[in-house]
Amino acid sequence: MTFDEKYIAFKTIVIREILRFTRIWIQTVLPPVITTALYFIIFGNLIGSQIGDMGGFRYMDYIVPGLIMMAVITNSYANVVSSFYGSKFQHNIEEMLVSPTPNYLIVSGFVAGGVARGITVGIAVTIISLFFSHLHIHNLWIASSVIVLTSILFALAGLINGVYAKSFDDISIIPTFVLTPLTYLGGIFYSIDMLPTFWQNASLINPILYMVNAFRFGILGVSDISLWSSYTIIIGFIAALFTFSLYLLNKGHGIRT
Amino acid sequence: MTTALSLRQLTKTYANGFVALRGIDLDVQEGDFFALLGPNGAGKSTAIGIIASLVNKSSGSVSVFGHDLDTDLTAAKSCLGLVPQEFNFNVFEPVVEIVVNQAGFYGIPREEAFKRAEEFLKQLGLWEKRRDMARNLSGGMKRRLMIARALVHRPRLLILDEPTAGVDIEIRRSMWEFLRRINAAGTTIILTTHYLEEAESLCRNIAIIDAGQIIENTNMKHLLNKLQLETFVLDLRAPLASCPDIPGYNLRRLDETTLEADISRDCSINQLFTALTTQGVEVLSMRNKTNRLEQLFMHMVDANGHGGQVSA
Repeated sequence: MTFDEKYIAFKTIVIREILRFTRIWIQTVLPPVITTALYFIIFGNLIGSQIGDMGGFRYMDYIVPGLIMMAVITNSYANVVSSFYGSKFQHNIEEMLVSPTPNYLIVSGFVAGGVARGITVGIAVTIISLFFSHLHIHNLWIASSVIVLTSILFALAGLINGVYAKSFDDISIIPTFVLTPLTYLGGIFYSIDMLPTFWQNASLINPILYMVNAFRFGILGVSDISLWSSYTIIIGFIAALFTFSLYLLNKGHGIRT
Repeated sequence: MTTALSLRQLTKTYANGFVALRGIDLDVQEGDFFALLGPNGAGKSTAIGIIASLVNKSSGSVSVFGHDLDTDLTAAKSCLGLVPQEFNFNVFEPVVEIVVNQAGFYGIPREEAFKRAEEFLKQLGLWEKRRDMARNLSGGMKRRLMIARALVHRPRLLILDEPTAGVDIEIRRSMWEFLRRINAAGTTIILTTHYLEEAESLCRNIAIIDAGQIIENTNMKHLLNKLQLETFVLDLRAPLASCPDIPGYNLRRLDETTLEADISRDCSINQLFTALTTQGVEVLSMRNKTNRLEQLFMHMVDANGHGGQVSA
């Protein structure tokens, strides 16, 4: 395939993925927006007003970056895992496998679809947050680069889950029992400075902590973690997960007999 | 003449130890309309899966128009179109999107893809359904959608794995005409089917696969010439009280106006009619009891020791 043909193949996968989640926006875009609005009302407005300031900011303003990041993480992941497993379940993944589209473009196309949904939901949640807080962006480049890189990372993780999944149960186990706890413990609602030393150190093995804090730095200018540690962790995970995804597709794991 | 498909010592053993292919050699020439027949579980779909890169082979080689799957996979895939046995499209996508997206996977620009989708959907009688979700199509329409999808990148070799399964006779015949047209226009076609009448009517060459091995690979006419005995059903004008006795022919009376006759290749149908006329029996019409290829197929598969349920 020429470069132009590869670009068309990649664009086709991305358009298909975007059409897929926009066609069912009531299932894909609306629920996280409503859920996050409830977080703003309950944790930010009602409970937050009793908590006072955190990191030098109103509690509501402090949790906004974390809630946006949580929406991006869960939706990037969910989009790819459900789309890839759905393609396996209906066998329409074969449409791509019989074609000359290289595997790295299949991975990239699915990931781009996941990023598109993650960012779409992230923007929607950000707009909702404007009703509750005065959004101040400290550094737009850092905020946007961290959100896109995190979205890529979790889209890749969703793809790997989709490759291994053998039933619809398998695509909800990781989000429920791994992703959600790590997200909640990733410093969305609190600063790790509030924790005892042991739990502060334990929190450092949670990769989501680095992403939430890097994004918080981009929005508010405060972080529990060094920015460059966060970038290193995120980019390192992306490189590892992309390589592993490609290995699985090249081996035909779960998609070829 | 160019070889469209070449299989050499192709083997496949699944992870559970089942040996699906035991060293298959097969050549299909460019422009051919080729039948690949065999009982259920014989290895046809495994062979097709390997050719289409959906199944990993255990050993051997596959080349499509000279492009080896191991060394020149992209070029080999570009030459190939596949209509699989099972529906394998997203049933929640509109018909036209399924075809256009498939073109995109082959690097065809979207504008050109829409033109081609229109061309093939019109030819296959699906243009009016182009905006419908695929799940709303009938079984026959779904089969035709898979044909349109497989052709949108204009492959030189089209493989159809039971394309007319579950399709009514009218649609089936229109699909035959369509396949004849694209074959006449230069597309090489490999067909597997449960309907041996279909294979006999469409295909010029044939291979029969059983228990993972090719047990016959020849010209269709040559194969049919191997049939030593044909059974005909004769419809009579007047009722018969008993079965006529004609030396050299094995006749059976099915009911008072129907006879069944076994006629070997060294006997003449004319002589049978003459003898019947002499005895005052007038034949109104005559037909084969079963499809000739079906008779041969059953014989060959039985001779190969196939003990299971037999179908093509």
